[in-house]
Amino acid sequence: MLYNFLIAPFLDMAGSPVFFAEVVISGLLTGIMYSLVALGFVLIFKASGVFNFAQGVMVLFAALTLVGLMERGVPVWLALILTAAAMTALAFAIERIMLRHLVNQEGIILFMATIGLSYVLQGLGETLWGSNVKRLDVGIPNASFEIGGILLNEFDLFAAASGAVLVTVLAVFFHYTRIGRALRAVADDHQAALSVGIPLKNIWIIVWSVAGVVGLVAGIMWGAKSGVQFSLSLIALKALPVLILGGFTSVPGAIVGGLIIGVGEKVAEIYWGPLVGGAIETWFAYMLALAFLVFRPQGLFGERIIERV
Amino acid sequence: MIYREAGQFNTSYAGDQRVFPILQDRWCVAAAILFAYAIPLLANEYWLQAVLIPFLIFALAAIGLNLLTGYCGQVSLGTGGFMAVGGYMTYKITTNIPDINIIVVFLIAGLCAALVGLVFGLPSLRIKGFYLAVATLAAQFFIGWLLNKVGWFYNYNASGTITAPPREMFGIVVTGPHASAEVRYLVALSLVIVFALVAKNLVRGKVGRGWMAIRDKDIAAEIIGIRPLQTKLLAFTISSFYCGVAGAMTVFLWLGSAETEAFDIFLSFNILFMVIIGGLGSILGSFLGAAFITLVPVFLTNAPPLIGLSMPIDVQKHIEVMLFGSLIIFFLIVEPQGLARLWQITKEKLRLWPFPY
Repeated sequence: MLYNFLIAPFLDMAGSPVFFAEVVISGLLTGIMYSLVALGFVLIFKASGVFNFAQGVMVLFAALTLVGLMERGVPVWLALILTAAAMTALAFAIERIMLRHLVNQEGIILFMATIGLSYVLQGLGETLWGSNVKRLDVGIPNASFEIGGILLNEFDLFAAASGAVLVTVLAVFFHYTRIGRALRAVADDHQAALSVGIPLKNIWIIVWSVAGVVGLVAGIMWGAKSGVQFSLSLIALKALPVLILGGFTSVPGAIVGGLIIGVGEKVAEIYWGPLVGGAIETWFAYMLALAFLVFRPQGLFGERIIERV
Repeated sequence: MIYREAGQFNTSYAGDQRVFPILQDRWCVAAAILFAYAIPLLANEYWLQAVLIPFLIFALAAIGLNLLTGYCGQVSLGTGGFMAVGGYMTYKITTNIPDINIIVVFLIAGLCAALVGLVFGLPSLRIKGFYLAVATLAAQFFIGWLLNKVGWFYNYNASGTITAPPREMFGIVVTGPHASAEVRYLVALSLVIVFALVAKNLVRGKVGRGWMAIRDKDIAAEIIGIRPLQTKLLAFTISSFYCGVAGAMTVFLWLGSAETEAFDIFLSFNILFMVIIGGLGSILGSFLGAAFITLVPVFLTNAPPLIGLSMPIDVQKHIEVMLFGSLIIFFLIVEPQGLARLWQITKEKLRLWPFPY
C-alpha cells in the first residue's frame, strides 16, 4: 500500500522519462490557460479590491459574442475588435450600474454582487446567442509534431505564446504608462490615490475593460480547445486555487501558480489517480493550494498580510 | 401605538432575559408557528413539495452557515459538501441499522458532518478572508469526489444513488416514497423550529459573543481572552452540524433520492446568497433569505404565463437566470445589510407610529 503510493509512481516516472516529460509539458500548457483566467481576477482585485467571481462568465460571454458574430458572417478581425468593444461597453455598464453604488461595502458583499453579475451575464449571453455548444475556429493551427521524441501540439504552443505576450504587454503597461502608474497607485491605497487626483471611476472602467479583454483571449483559447458552452464559465473555479496559490495581488503569482497547479494536477492524475479511483483532478488543485496556504497564508507572491489591532 | 414595550414590566431576571422580550413579538411568533403547523390544511402537494419543504431545509442550512459566516466571520463555500456528508451518513446508518429512530439518525449524521467540518475548519486558524473561502472549496470538491468514489457510502449499489428507505415514527411513515408531503413537512418544520431556537440561544450567550468578537477583530478578541482556536473550530463544528442535518433532510424529507450532484457548488453559493440577502448575523434573516431565494425562481417561472406572455422554454429559462441575478444585485445595492435590517427598520417605525419621530 505504502509502496504503491510513495515509491511506485516515482519509479514509473524514472522508467519512461519521455512520457513524464510529455505529462509535465501538457500540464504546463494547461497551466498557462488557467493563468489566463486567473490574470483577469488579479487585475480587478488589485485595482478595486473586488473579488470578481464573474470573470469565468466574462470569459464565456466574450467567447459567445465572438462566435455569435462570426456565425453571422463577420470576418475574424472585425469580430475580435467588436467583441473587445463589447467587453469595454460591459465594463462601463458594470461600473455605472453596479460598482458605483457599492463603494465602501465589505468585500463579501461585493463578491456576492459579482456572483449576481455572473448570473446576469450568463443569462444575457445565452439569450442573445443561444445555449447550444458552438465550435470556435479563428484559424489557430492545430497540428502535432515531435521534438526529441516528445509529442507537442501547435495549438498548445500558440496558447502559451499568446499568454506570454499578454503578460509582457500587461507588465509593460503597468510599469511604463501613465494609466499603469495610476492603476498601481489605486491598488496601493484608494484614498491616497484619490487625493492626488486620480479618478477612481475611470480607473475601474479601465481595469474591468482590460480584464474583459484578457477574458476574451482566455475565451478564444478555451473555446477553440473545448467548444463554447456553459461549462466554459466553470474554469473560473479552476482559476481560484491558482489565485490563492500565487496570491491575489500578484500578476507573476497568477502565472507561476497556474503552472504549478497545471503540472501538479496532471502528474497527480496520471501517477496517483489510478490508485484512488481516478478523477482526482476535480479537487487536487484545491488541496494543493490549501497545503501551500497553511505555510504561506498570503500565497506565494502575495503582499505580506500585516494585522494591527 | 400597537407595537411598543411601554407598560410591560419584568419582575424576574428570567423574564428580562427571554428570547422575545416584547409581548407583541411573542404573540407574532406564536401565531406564525401555529400558522406554519396549520399550513398542510391549506396548501396542496405542489406547494408543500416544491416550495415549503425546500424552504425549511434551506432555512436550516442558512442558519448553519449564518452561525459561521454571519456570527463568526468565516466565509465558507463548503456548505454543499457538509450537507452531502449529512445525507450520505443518514443513508448509511439507517440502511445498516434500520431500528434507530430516523430523527436520531439525522442527529448522528449531523455529528458526522460536524466532525468533517472540524477537520476542514483547521486551516481557518492561519488562513483568513477570501483565502479561506477558496480553501473551503477544497472541502466541497473533495467530499463530493469521495462520496462518489467510495462505494461504501452508498452500499455499493450500481447507480451510486442513495434512496430514502421507508421509516416510521409512532406508526406513521415519515420517509420513503409512500410518506405523504404533509407528514414530511411537519417533521421538517418541527426540526427547524427546535434548531432555530437552539441557534438563537447560542448566539446570545457566551458562545455567540465569542464568535462575534472574533468576527469583529480576531486579534483584539484574542487579547481580551477569547481563544481563537476553540472559538473558530466550535463555529465550524456547529455550523457543519446544522448543514449536515439539513443535508439529511434534503435526501429523506424532500428529494427522496439523491446523488452527489444534488450537493454541488451551486448549492453552496445559493445558501451563501440566502445568508447575505437575509442578513449576516441574524437568525430571522436566514429564514427571510431562504424564503426569498426559494420563492423568486418559483415566481419567475409562473409569472410570464400569468400575464399572458409566452415564449420558448429555453429563452424563459435564460431570462429567469438574468432576472435572478439582477434582483440579487439590486438587493445588495438597496440594502447591503439584508432583509433582516429592513425588518428592523420597520419595527422601529412601528414603535413610533403614528408619529414620525
